Amino acid sequence: MSTKHLVILDTAYRANLEEQDDPVLWLTHSLRRAGADLDLLLRGNAVNYGVKTQDASGLVFGDCPQSQPPRIARDVRALADEGVRVFYVDEDARERGIARDELIDEVEPVSNRAVSRLFESYTGIWQW
Amino acid sequence: MSKYLLVESRDPFDRRPANDLAALAAELATEPNQVTLFLIQNGVLEARDGAAAARLGALRELGVTVLADEFSLRERGIAPERLSPLVSSASLGVVVAHLARGDRTLWH
Amino acid sequence: MPDTRSTTLTFVLNDPPFESARSTTALRLIDAAVKQGFHVNVFAYEGAVALPFAKQAAHANAIHGHDVAEEHHPLPKDWIAAILDEAERRGLRVDWVNCGLCVDERGVGESIPRTRRGSPADLWKFVQASVNTLIIPTR
Repeated sequence: MSTKHLVILDTAYRANLEEQDDPVLWLTHSLRRAGADLDLLLRGNAVNYGVKTQDASGLVFGDCPQSQPPRIARDVRALADEGVRVFYVDEDARERGIARDELIDEVEPVSNRAVSRLFESYTGIWQW
Repeated sequence: MSKYLLVESRDPFDRRPANDLAALAAELATEPNQVTLFLIQNGVLEARDGAAAARLGALRELGVTVLADEFSLRERGIAPERLSPLVSSASLGVVVAHLARGDRTLWH
Repeated sequence: MPDTRSTTLTFVLNDPPFESARSTTALRLIDAAVKQGFHVNVFAYEGAVALPFAKQAAHANAIHGHDVAEEHHPLPKDWIAAILDEAERRGLRVDWVNCGLCVDERGVGESIPRTRRGSPADLWKFVQASVNTLIIPTR
């Protein structure tokens, strides 16, 4: 029986600097590679993950620089390249002053009201 | 006179996460779907009679069943007689039963 | 091998011990599932890999006026062991997997017996072999 799951992410930048990625994006990517059929919904402050100009480079502790900072927009694009549709809640982006042209092309807007209807397309909803 | 520095690290637009889940419950119920809202941990703080009557009443009108974890209620000193008539106390086993029948389950 | 999909639930945990009510709630839920006759898969991700860490240690509590024995401090690793014991008594399976990379970066490789190291591929197998999967996210 084929199944399709919607991953919902609404907390952003939680452990990214230590992990050098977002743990939920990373897991979603890993599950996709393991054969899972998944799409992703970014909401709340996670809508910022679609912003093209995110830059976490330059972190240094003492004389110890971070050589591989997280590159979240790249990671979101990579998910899209693997066939994962990436949605974001339009109202959450607007509320945070994020214009459409600031976001990567791969993310698709959905309205808040459309989210519950979106659920109907999926076997399971995974809220992180 | 003292001087203060206040540091705010949280996204100010995330002030109302609990309202968003109640709003989601309402939207799902109008689709229509069968929706149960299970309050647990600090989520039971709106289960006292009078605490969130308008919101819970609106959910009840839409057919949403509102339950509260009996342990979380007791842990917070919310006695049965203080429970809102719109909320029923339930064991955690209810969550297991819903999962077992395949209900789409979101934890917030 | 019998098909146990309809009597198997999968839980994904994210919180470390001693930081959030979610950890205890998650273990309560797993315990309830076992007592209701379900096989359970657990995928411990991020901080949750420390839940079954074997080196958790109880301590005394001067504020409570208790020595170590009197305080009887609960340790999540013991709660997990007790759930595993309960499952065995009932002929049920609890398969607890710690995400290996999360274990490595946190240095919590010593986990109690009957838990194992794994990867996201294990989570996907769990999902396919369960009637439902619940993620308890962290904040």
